[in-house]
Amino acid sequence: MAGFILQRLLQGIVIMIVMSMIVFGGIHAIGNPMDVLIPPEATQDVRERTIARFGLDKSLVEQYVIFVRNLLQGDLGRSYIYNEPVLQLIANRFPATIELVFTAVLGALLIGVPLGVYAGYRPDSLGARLIMSVSILGFSVPTFWVGLILILTFAVNLGWLPSGGRGDTVEVFGIGWSVLTVNGWSHLVMPATNLALFKLAIMIRLARAGTREIMLTDTVKFARAAGLSEATILSRHVLKLIAIPIVTVFGLELASTLAFAVVTETIFSWPGVGKLIIDSIKNLDRPVMVAYLILTAGLFVTVNLVVDIVYAVLDPRLRRRAAT
Amino acid sequence: MTAPIKGPGAVSPWRAFWVRFREDRIAMAALFVVGLMLILAVLAPWITPQDPYDLSGLSLRDARRPPGFVGSGGYVHWLGTDAQGRDLLSAILYGLRVSIQIGLMAGSLALVIGTTIGIVAAYARGFVETLLMRAIDLQLSFPAILLALVLVAVLGQGKAQLIVALVAAQYAYFARTAYGAASAERGKDYIEAAMATPLSDMRIVFFHLLPNAMPALIVVATVQVAYAIALEATLSFLGLGLPVTEPSLGMLISNGVKYMMSGRYWISVYPGVALIILIVSINLVGDHVRDILNPRLNR
Repeated sequence: MAGFILQRLLQGIVIMIVMSMIVFGGIHAIGNPMDVLIPPEATQDVRERTIARFGLDKSLVEQYVIFVRNLLQGDLGRSYIYNEPVLQLIANRFPATIELVFTAVLGALLIGVPLGVYAGYRPDSLGARLIMSVSILGFSVPTFWVGLILILTFAVNLGWLPSGGRGDTVEVFGIGWSVLTVNGWSHLVMPATNLALFKLAIMIRLARAGTREIMLTDTVKFARAAGLSEATILSRHVLKLIAIPIVTVFGLELASTLAFAVVTETIFSWPGVGKLIIDSIKNLDRPVMVAYLILTAGLFVTVNLVVDIVYAVLDPRLRRRAAT
Repeated sequence: MTAPIKGPGAVSPWRAFWVRFREDRIAMAALFVVGLMLILAVLAPWITPQDPYDLSGLSLRDARRPPGFVGSGGYVHWLGTDAQGRDLLSAILYGLRVSIQIGLMAGSLALVIGTTIGIVAAYARGFVETLLMRAIDLQLSFPAILLALVLVAVLGQGKAQLIVALVAAQYAYFARTAYGAASAERGKDYIEAAMATPLSDMRIVFFHLLPNAMPALIVVATVQVAYAIALEATLSFLGLGLPVTEPSLGMLISNGVKYMMSGRYWISVYPGVALIILIVSINLVGDHVRDILNPRLNR
């Protein structure tokens, strides 16, 4: 087990190094941030001094080396636009995003898996057909469109919910959380639903496909012959067997939801990192883009690592293979 | 007209597929809708009452009029007009044209590039296989939308740039699928037998491996075209997609958002409805194709 984890850890580090090079090189191919930083009427002298201050006169390789050295000391640079340390900028907005993403993914899991198991258990029933049509809608309808319709319906026409922002927050560990107040929930529920729909569709599909296949196997036939009730078969055998793909997807989706939050946050003006990255792309704010992408990549690698380990715990075959 | 009944050996796989596809009414209806939208999009310049790109034909007096309004052109705006006084129906059909065009181009380019990588990896084995598939897995672990966002930012706005970004975001899915299907075939005896003959590698890959990987690729392709259209709409909605001169459905929606809050819903809603009908129909077709081609459900 330890060898398995170590191997995966090394793999993750290599991926991070490659990723940081690609991201850094890629971002620095974009336009010229000097057009944003220096007013057009600036003198040649001011121009050169600004370029030197941001280290932009050095070669790409040198800039990368400096970047990595600072990164290892926990310094991700300063934003060109906000003139604040990037790390602080992201850290300030990250809790809002995390809150949104967790609510969405957890909601999708808790609602999607039971619905999917039902749809796989009785694939020809009316309920199953209804569930599947809804899941196709969840897959097909672009997130931004659902967001707009939600706002149009519940904020503009019915006036039940606010159309944007985070609402009241309660400070815990020095960070404000919306989940802890009623007003916060009224702000959270629409964006979370918006973000959850796509994940819900995935959970339903996974659970349905898994259940459908397992219901046809001998395991279930024997369990029935042994006189186990259908409820026991579903909860004890089926749920356990579909757990592995669901754990994988849960982990991966958690991370990819962070990326999708970009769209939802923009529509609902949710003050998270997603809005920050869109603004930084539009403003060519390189340090913010690089930092965001590298942190996201790091998150992905970590999540993949955790998923692999959980996998090994759930499936003894993998553990044995890794040990040899 | 029904075809004469033949023995099981006489039915071509395409025909057998079509017979099974026809059974599902919803999928048939979806296929019909997709076909209809394709035709409407192709014929847009000839059937729309107005050329939405021709600014001289627009009048601000017609701006933001509700559906059913008879404008200065003397014809009915069935779906209303937008902020520039464009006939929305015309704008939607032109937008459909742009969206479908981009979806198809991005989807087919991604198909070609991804399939080539996947099949080459499966056929070559060894170092090339490890290198290619590791790279693909690495990319797949990164969300497509983020990649597309960054690329659009890097490359700037424009149709070609957008297509490059979409292809880069999607080709890995094709590579994975092609690799999975091809490496399963690669281990079979007939490929080994073909390799023992003087047939060229190219011939084995394109005439033996590729056809057997096709079913899986077709399913992925339908889904990915729909996804490309949705992704393009999303990027355009965020203001990072196409230039304003050639509005796709996503941009039409984005243009209407500010008027949505004041009750002029049609500027955003109708392009959105068109977009959703298109994507849902493509996905319904793809979904049914997948069910037919999935051997595990065919018992």
